Parts: sequence; C-alpha cells; structure tokens
Amino acid sequence: MTARPRRRKRAERVERLGKRPSFMLRRRVLVGALGMLFLAVIASAFERQVMEKDFLRNEGERRHLRVCEIPARRGMISDRNGEPLAVSTPVATVWGDPRRLVEQPRMVRALAGALKVNGTKLMARLTAKRERAFLYLKRRIGPKETAAVKQVLEKHRLRGVGLESEYRRFYPSGEIFGHVIGFTDVDDRGIEGMELAYDSWLRAEPGKRRVIQDGRRRVVAEIERIKPPRHGRHLILSIDRRLQFLAYRELVRAVDKHRAVAASAVVLDVETGEVLAMVNQPAYNPNAKLSGRESARRNRALTDVMEPGSTVKPLVVAAALEAGLVGPRTPIDTNPGTLRVGPDMVRDIRNYGRLDTTGVITKSSNVGVVKLALRMRKAALWRLYDRLGFGRATGVKFPGETPGQLRHFRDWRPFEHATLAFGYGLSVTTLQLAQAYGVLAADGIKRPLSLLKLPEPPAAERILSATTARRVRTMLETVVSAKGTARLAAIEGYRVAGKTGTAKKAVRGGYSARRYQSVFAGMAPASRPRFVMVVMIDEPRGRHYYGGKVAAPVFAKVMEGALRLFNVPPDNPDATLLLAGVGDRR
Amino acid sequence: MDNSALPAGSDGIPGKIRTLLPARVHLDLPLLIALLLLCGYGLLVLFSAVDQDLDKLYRQLTRLGIAFAVMIVVAQVPPLKLRHWSLPLFGIGLVLLVGVLVIGEMGKGAQRWLNLGVVRFQPSEVLKIAVPMMLAWYLAERPLPPSGSRILGTVVLTTVPVLLIARQPDLGTALLVASTGMIVLFLAGLKWRLIAVLGIGAAALVPLLWYFMRPYQQRRILSFLNPEGDPFGTGYHIIQSKIAIGSGGVHGKGWLKGTQSHLEFLPERSTDFVFAILGEEFGLIGILVMLVIYLFIIVRGLYIATQAQDTYGRLLSGGLTLIFFVYLFVNAGMVTGLLPVVGIPLPLVSYGGTSLVTIMAGFGILMSIHTHRKLLPS
Repeated sequence: MTARPRRRKRAERVERLGKRPSFMLRRRVLVGALGMLFLAVIASAFERQVMEKDFLRNEGERRHLRVCEIPARRGMISDRNGEPLAVSTPVATVWGDPRRLVEQPRMVRALAGALKVNGTKLMARLTAKRERAFLYLKRRIGPKETAAVKQVLEKHRLRGVGLESEYRRFYPSGEIFGHVIGFTDVDDRGIEGMELAYDSWLRAEPGKRRVIQDGRRRVVAEIERIKPPRHGRHLILSIDRRLQFLAYRELVRAVDKHRAVAASAVVLDVETGEVLAMVNQPAYNPNAKLSGRESARRNRALTDVMEPGSTVKPLVVAAALEAGLVGPRTPIDTNPGTLRVGPDMVRDIRNYGRLDTTGVITKSSNVGVVKLALRMRKAALWRLYDRLGFGRATGVKFPGETPGQLRHFRDWRPFEHATLAFGYGLSVTTLQLAQAYGVLAADGIKRPLSLLKLPEPPAAERILSATTARRVRTMLETVVSAKGTARLAAIEGYRVAGKTGTAKKAVRGGYSARRYQSVFAGMAPASRPRFVMVVMIDEPRGRHYYGGKVAAPVFAKVMEGALRLFNVPPDNPDATLLLAGVGDRR
Repeated sequence: MDNSALPAGSDGIPGKIRTLLPARVHLDLPLLIALLLLCGYGLLVLFSAVDQDLDKLYRQLTRLGIAFAVMIVVAQVPPLKLRHWSLPLFGIGLVLLVGVLVIGEMGKGAQRWLNLGVVRFQPSEVLKIAVPMMLAWYLAERPLPPSGSRILGTVVLTTVPVLLIARQPDLGTALLVASTGMIVLFLAGLKWRLIAVLGIGAAALVPLLWYFMRPYQQRRILSFLNPEGDPFGTGYHIIQSKIAIGSGGVHGKGWLKGTQSHLEFLPERSTDFVFAILGEEFGLIGILVMLVIYLFIIVRGLYIATQAQDTYGRLLSGGLTLIFFVYLFVNAGMVTGLLPVVGIPLPLVSYGGTSLVTIMAGFGILMSIHTHRKLLPS
C-alpha cells in the first residue's frame, strides 16, 4: 500500500525535473562547456595549421630531408706491374633498431648467422639496449656477408635493420709492403708512408646528395645530386712486387740467422733511379696496424742512419782518381798497419804491407785510404760526398726521411779529415748509400731517386767521369773475388762489384766494441750495372758480424733474383770456373 | 517536453524516411547515419594510416561490422531490461577486473588482457559501459537530486573499479571511468557548492597524484609541458604529432600524400595518433568536417537524453554521450598538443576493435532509450 504513493511522488519529481531551474542552468553550463572544449580543440588545430604552419613544415623537412654522402673510392696503389698493393673494397656496416629487433628473436638468429656472430650474444646486446633506436650490429663486413645479410632481410622481411656502405682499405701484401705503403685512418686519410706522401693524389672526395629519409633513417628516395663523388687516382710505385717479396724473405732470414736487431735493404734501377725494392726489419702489418710496436713501423731504409764505415772507401778512391792524385796501380805502403794523425791513431785489422790503390779497396785498408784522403784537400772530399747526396734528402717524396749528417769541411777537426775517409763522422741512410753507389754504377751519372714508376729516365747530372767510375767498379770486383772481403756476394754467371762495411755503432762517449752495423753495397752485372743494392744488418749478435759474412749473402740471393726476373744477360761466362776456384782456395 | 536548451530541435525525421524503417526495428536514423558517416570518413583516413594495407582495412571493416551488429542488437533491448542488467553487469565487470589482475596477460608492460580461449579482451572496456549503467540505476532508485549518502555510494561505486584499472596499470582508462562517475553525478544534480568543493579538492590532490604516478607517466606530463626537453624520448610523440598536423596547413597535403606519417616519423599513426594523419592530409578543413560529425553525434545524444522518459534513461544516455565526448576531446587534445599524451584512441576511427564494440554498444543503448519511449499525445 505504501508503494503506490511513493511511486507517484517520484513520478511527479521526474516530471518536474527538466523544468527545475537548477537543471536548466546545468544544461546551459554543460552545453557551454562542451562548446568551449570543442572550440579549444579547433583553436589548437588552427594554431598548428595556420599560425605555426611554416615553422612546423620546416621542422618536418628538417627531419625527412637529409644531405648524405656518396662514398667514393680511394685510389689504388700498385707495384710497377700493376699488382695491387693497397685497395679500397666496398664494405657494409649493419645497424639495427633494438626496439623492433627484440620482438623478432627468430629472425635475429637468422641475421646473426649471416653476420657470423653468436645469435645469443647478439640478442643479449639488443635486449640490453632495447630502449634505443640505433645500434651497430657489425661494422665493415665483406661483400659475401653483405649478400647474406641482404638475403636474410628479404626472406624474413626483417624490419629495423639497415646497411650503410663504405670503403675499407686492404693491403694484400701485408707487412712486406707495410713500410713503403703506410696506411690510412678510419676517415680514409693517409697517415704513414706513400699513403701520406701522395694523399691528395689518392684521396677520394665523397659526393653529396639530398635524400628523403624515413623515421628509421632509411633512404626512401633521392631528390638531388649535389656533388658527384670523385674517386681517388691510381698510384703506381716503382717497386717490383716479386723483387720486394724476395728481398723481404732474405732479409728476414738473415735477421733470424744472425739474431740482428734490425735491417734494411734497398734495390735501385741504375738506368732510371727507380727504387725496385725497399724492405726493413722489424716490420708490421698495415691491415692490423695497432698490433705492432711503434718502432716496427719505421721505414728504416730512409728514416734511420748509420755510419757507413768502409763502404765509403771506394768513394774516396774515386775522388783521388778524379783529382789525378793516383792511378789504380799506384803503390800505397800501409806498413806498419797503423798511422798516426796528430794525437790519434788509424789502425788496420792487420798489417797489409805494400798495397796499390786497388789493393786498398780489396783489403779495405784504413791506413791506405787515409793516406789517400790526406793527400786531398778537405774541400775535394767534402764536395764529392756532398754531390753524391750525403747530408741531403734523396728527393724521393716520403714522410720522415732523414737527410743524415755531413758536416761542412770548414768545421772539420783535423782527425775528421781522416775518419771521414773510412766512414766515421758522417751518417747516411741505406737509401743514400745506394744512391752514391748508383753513381759508380751509372758511369758517374747521378739520377734523382723515385719511388714512383717513371715514364722515362729523369734528367741526370754527371758527378764523376765515366773512366773513374769504371776504374772504381773494377776495383770493387776484386772485393767479391777470392782475395776480397765479400766472396759470399758472388753470383754465378755475373760479375759483381761491391764493398763491405762493418761499422762500430756509436754509443755514448765513443764507439761500442761489440755492437756493429754490417753493410754490403754492390752492383751487378759489373760490366754494365743494371741494379744497385745496399743491405744493412743492425747489430748482428751471432758468430759473424762482418759485412762480408752477414750482409753479402743477402745481396747475392736478392741480386741474383733481380737479374733473373729482369732477364739481364750474364756477363761472366766462366762462372763455374770462378766458383770452382773460390772453392779451392777456401 | 522542453528542449529549447538544445540546438538539435525536434526529432526531425521526415515521415517518409521513418517509414523506411520497419516499425518493429528500434533504430535512431539520424544517429545511425552520422555514425556511418564518421566510420566511413575514419576508414578513409585509416587506409592512409596503415599504408594502404588492405588486409588491415578489411580487418577493421569486420570489427566495424561486428560493432554495428552489437549496436543494433542492443538497441532492440528495452531500457527496462537494461536497467535490470545494470547490477549484474557491474558485478561481472568487477570480477573480471580482479581476474585480470590475477591471471591476466601482459602486453606492453601492463596487465590488461584476459584470454578466454576464443577471444582476448580487456575487462576494463566492460566497465566503461557497466559503470554508467550501474550509477544510473543506483541514482535513479531514489529521487534526485541525490542525498549525501547516495553521493558517497556513487563515489565508492566509481572508485573501486577505477583503482582496479589503475593497478593494471592503465591510467587513461582509469581516468575515463572516473570521469564517467563525475559526469553521471553532475547530471543527477549534484549541488554546485559540492561540485566546487570537489573541484578544489581534486586540484589539491593533483600534486599528491604526482607521487602515485609511474616514472613514464611523470615523463609524459613533463614532456607535455616542455616537449623540446627530450625530443627523441618522451617528447618525440608530441613533436612529431604537432609537425604532422601543422605541415598539413589549411587544405592538407592530400589523401595518401602525408610525408611525416608515411615516412614513419609519426608513431602509433594508425591508433592513438590517427588524428594527426587527418590533419596532415586533409588539413584544417578535414579536421573541421570530422569535428562537425562528432558534434552532431554528441548533440543528438544529448537530445536523446532530454527526451528520455525516466531518470535512468536520462542519466544513462547523458552519461554515455558525455563519455564519448571525453574520449574525443582527450584524444584530439593530445594529438593537437592541447593535453599531455594519454593512450586513448580516437573513438570510432582508430585502428583496433575493443573500444569500438563498447562505444557502439553505448550508442545501441541510446537508440534503445530513444526508440522505446511511449509517445504521449501532446
């Protein structure tokens, strides 16, 4: 019974509800609020699309328009026959978006397979960086791996992975050419060696293009090519790869055998001044340049100096011949094997007694050569050394070359006049010594040296008369004979001329009694030399340390190879007889 | 009936069209047409947003079909039955919410999904309908305006599901459901003085709320205040969205021609940020057209509320309409840079199915309320 009036009462209230002032107001407020909020949204859209439009459009373009580089290839370096020594090969760098990749574990595993990395580790790396949008998965992968990665991406429709192409420098000959070629840094700039010396020639200039990229940095379309890429130019060295390999092998053997600290060898083409081989020990591999010691990276043949010792004696003799002071057969008495020069004493190893000019070279008599030198004016000796290139850079364009040291004759102390005659008191590089012997080999003509292959022989300068040069060469042949100090330099079928040197190393306060630099400088065929070669072994610590025992065998092996490689006709038909003779007398 | 406060005018269906609908079918033609228009327009934008992926378009079409079917079915249910179901539905919703916290599935760092073998769905969606139904039923039990204890009861009835949803955590939905409670209370005639007190109290609670927010939620607020502070992190969404809308200008870049969206600069472009695609490709004009359609739907919904014959119908239809508006406002406000980033889709346009069904069920309820009236002779 009570339910009925209650329900009626409620019905009455419901009837009146819409008309109550409070609810009228409520409706108006509601409609007003709705309208204002709608207007707020419209106003906000208006602000973006009309007032801020240009700014926002610009911001958008800044995000999707990008100028990016077109990679260019750095020039190749090859040997004189076109064999590649430094090449830039296309490589790819793979990056990924961890946020997307962590959701595709099976495909990441497939990708890891293509990249040849551990799938579990890759996934762990991605998971650790899952907040980021960009992560290098593997840098600088080769063409094979690149193809594999592309295949995986297509097959699995993997999203969030990109490839960037660039070039990487490879040195196929590794440590054998490490010193000469040098290397580049990550930005493809030359840092050492020929890579540095001819950087502007080799350098590639990347092009530029304007592209549309998407939110994941992928290039969607190219709009404009701003600058075409300019590839680097090809650099052809004067060096012969085969000869370089041979020289390197023999040098390494000698260093191992004699437990030497370091070594250098240089082979020159007498007719052109081109460097055909230039090797050093210790060496480093430019493909893994961070692995070796810093000191192993020096191209010692032209960055390190030695005192040339006895190897300068033929030059002193040449100066004496040129001055007309003596002839090849002029007697020179070296008794008693010592010679007093002021307060100092010059000594031979033993008393050679009465020699002639040739004999001084054959036996390498210090006393004999000093007697010759002291008969010359200081200026004449200095002038010859100077013109042969001692104390000056050779002119090959190579970073870090040292000029060595040759003091002006006016500054010489009296004893220096004597010591300079047997190779102390000046310092030269292996390359400079080769250049000086090149003048003897080229009948007195000096040619500028070159590490680049030359289209034609360069302009030359006469320093000695042809007669003098030939006479000295004849004397140098006796050194390689049975009577001389370098029998081991002999080559079957060819006449060889050369000179040994065994210089005590300068240490603090004087010269070491135990540490030597063993040198052999020579040329072949002696009748008309085609090649000059200098071998320097630093601190041999085995049983032998004489240049004739340590350096001369390297010379013989490499020079023999050079003569064969370049098809140089033999000039000594009696080779077998000579060698038999050598054998007998031993 | 007084409807002067609302601009929609009379129930202006010409007699001819009315006869096109069989008399027994309970549908509101203006609302239906507007909804179809909106969904059609939305599909057009969505087609561009999903990069013309026909598969996705068909999937969305299927969901729309299901949603419209649900709406039509719900519209046939008399309001009296809906009223009877209010309490059970609310109860089921709460059970599901507890269930999702216990055995729910994780997705994107939150536990929101319940897997029922055949379908996976978010129970919080059920509450979007169940809470207004429950509150409308609860408040309509007694004469309006509600007494103090009723208000307190309403607050409790709202707070329980809101807290459960916030635990998932799903701040966006929790706020939406909370706003549902406030809207129904407002419609029920909450005293202005009390509204003012509640408003001030809420404002005072904001700093407190800050401490309850997760770090990512705090970052969203900060990046809303200064998006350039972290342009690649949390500010990224806001900046990219502004750029996309702004670069559309008044006329837009043309359908399928938006660069920001298609170049994948715009995140979540088919779901939460689909409005930005609209802005970039159709420009300010396109945005205005869409807002007009929305406005029509909302006005029609409010008109239906004024025409409702009982408190339950009035509160429920008004509440559902205003929730729909809140959806729209929060999403459009977020995309245009008016509000901070809250993960709420654009109603009836964003890609995805769950909220679609809930919203259309709501419109089904509106139609039911409107078409089951007993028309009195004037």
